Amino acid sequence: MTDAALPSPAREQSAFYRDPKLLRRALPAVSLAAVLIAIFLLNDRAMSYRGLDLMLKYAVPIAFATIGQMFILTVNDLDLSIGAFVGLVACIAGIWMVDEPLLCLLILAGCVASYAAIGALIHVRRLPSIVVTLGMSFVWLGIAIILMPTPGGTVPEWLKSLMSWKAPIIPFPIIACVIIGLLAHVLLMESSYGAVLRGAGGNATAVDRAGWSLLKIRMLMYALAGFFGVLSGLSLIGLTTSPDAHIADRYTLLSIAGVILGGGEFVGGRVSPIGAVIGAVTLTLTGSFLIFMRISPDWQIGAQGAVLIVVLALRALIKLREAR
Amino acid sequence: MKAIAARLGNQPWLLSFLGALAVWLATILFTEGKGAGDVITAALSFSTFTVIVGIGQMFVITTGPGNVDLSIPSTIALAGGVAMKIMGGEDGLIWLGLLACVGSGLAVGAFNYALIRILKIPPIIATLSSSLIVMSVAISYGRGLQIKPPPSFADFTTAQIAGFPLLSICAILFAIVMAVILQRTVYGRAALAIGQNMRAAHLAGVKVERTRCITYLMSAAFAGLCGALLAGFSGGNALNMGEEYLLATIAVVVIGGTSVAGGRANVPGIWGAALFLYLLVTMLNTYGASAGVRLVLTGLIIIAMITLAGGDKPSR
Repeated sequence: MTDAALPSPAREQSAFYRDPKLLRRALPAVSLAAVLIAIFLLNDRAMSYRGLDLMLKYAVPIAFATIGQMFILTVNDLDLSIGAFVGLVACIAGIWMVDEPLLCLLILAGCVASYAAIGALIHVRRLPSIVVTLGMSFVWLGIAIILMPTPGGTVPEWLKSLMSWKAPIIPFPIIACVIIGLLAHVLLMESSYGAVLRGAGGNATAVDRAGWSLLKIRMLMYALAGFFGVLSGLSLIGLTTSPDAHIADRYTLLSIAGVILGGGEFVGGRVSPIGAVIGAVTLTLTGSFLIFMRISPDWQIGAQGAVLIVVLALRALIKLREAR
Repeated sequence: MKAIAARLGNQPWLLSFLGALAVWLATILFTEGKGAGDVITAALSFSTFTVIVGIGQMFVITTGPGNVDLSIPSTIALAGGVAMKIMGGEDGLIWLGLLACVGSGLAVGAFNYALIRILKIPPIIATLSSSLIVMSVAISYGRGLQIKPPPSFADFTTAQIAGFPLLSICAILFAIVMAVILQRTVYGRAALAIGQNMRAAHLAGVKVERTRCITYLMSAAFAGLCGALLAGFSGGNALNMGEEYLLATIAVVVIGGTSVAGGRANVPGIWGAALFLYLLVTMLNTYGASAGVRLVLTGLIIIAMITLAGGDKPSR
């Protein structure tokens, strides 16, 4: 009661103290800030427009893939094929985008539709998403290798110039990440149908009894994941000169880790789009952090695993407080 | 006759063996019978490794929904490197290397379980994050160098008795032992009970946490053993040696008739499914499929197999 009268910093502290839920929600942002501050302390030149632009360049495609993965996690599934899918999109765009833009868009639309079909198959036959998507990762990779056996293709100029756009004041990757996060937030968290979608992950039976089609929901979520996968592939080739089938192999693990880092839970439709983008950015920055620490790149993936474990450990601690 | 048919229809492992047989027949029809025996020998030797890690994965998956070990590939890479480095190409140190590979597997398993138990991290995420760390350790420890196995160890892993790989005989015995453990021991029954209903199992007096702990330790230890054997078999360790075993272990468990929802497991099916997967790739090779086509068809056939086998029918 008396807290309300206290000056704001003290009030904030005690709010965190009294409400561990708030702390848990702030955790993704806190971990991002921790990594950023550590980088700035190690190398103050990183704290500049150019520095941030360089470090965060690859955060954009990773953020798109992470949001895609988040839609799947919302309905309690897991997509182990998104990395291969992003690689396929990169190949398709590299082959057709310049010469036959219309055909290219049609093929990409077909890719999104096949994602929806996978969602339908998983739902109707009650198949485990892990196995189906693991199988699909072979299919996507195989098609990509058939289309593009060796790295090659051409990247449209407009895509290149968009991805390397030097925006005024704020670096473009930051603007892009904020837009991606807000877009997904509005879609999933602020719309009324978004609440139904999340509800399907929380209590499918209840949503079903309320008259919503679970099949349609799952198909939509998979289609959204495919759509964001396409965006991820397009933004990725904007950053590279020659796409190839294996270009995004790491994205599957990165995207899962990003969603979880961002506060997403594994079951129950509890996800956070803005958190997921923050998680993706944090993981991207871990690489730069290691370079500034002069730690061998051998430890790059290990460090991502360690960040994940540390954040989850902190979350477990907070939960313990919540339970009290 | 009908009774026999019904009985056989209830054997989930049968489908995988029939699939393997069909694919083998399709292959030798194409070659007109040439190399039919060689194909079987090769299938047996390569399936051995899939079976060893597959059985570990089977126990993990059996303990219930959400339980899966994603750290198997990294553990294989690490343990293979550790074993080859400790053996150092000397016959006298083989026993130490084998001990070390199982030991490093156990260490990974203990780490996995600690994450699951103490930090309450969902198993998929726990084994995923630990696999990232284990891979980094493997890269940093091995420096990417390939070390050759000691001559007798290499001989042992590639030995054949009348066209029958010695290692496969060991793996068949191993599978029999594991089937007995699954069906006839307290541990095996407890693992099945937990997979069916963890709370009910707990109330019935099953030591849930101890069983889960053993399961994760076992899966990682088998992956470690497989790493050393694989390195011996292929003339040295490699970092990407375990890569294919992520899909392979999950696929053989599912195709072999183990329920992904847990509580129902099948050891013979693992052998059938492993043979099927290997023979499938061999068949596509014989038919002259390119690497890309092979990948697409492998993926599609795995999905078709589990669609056929049916997902988890509601048990109640």
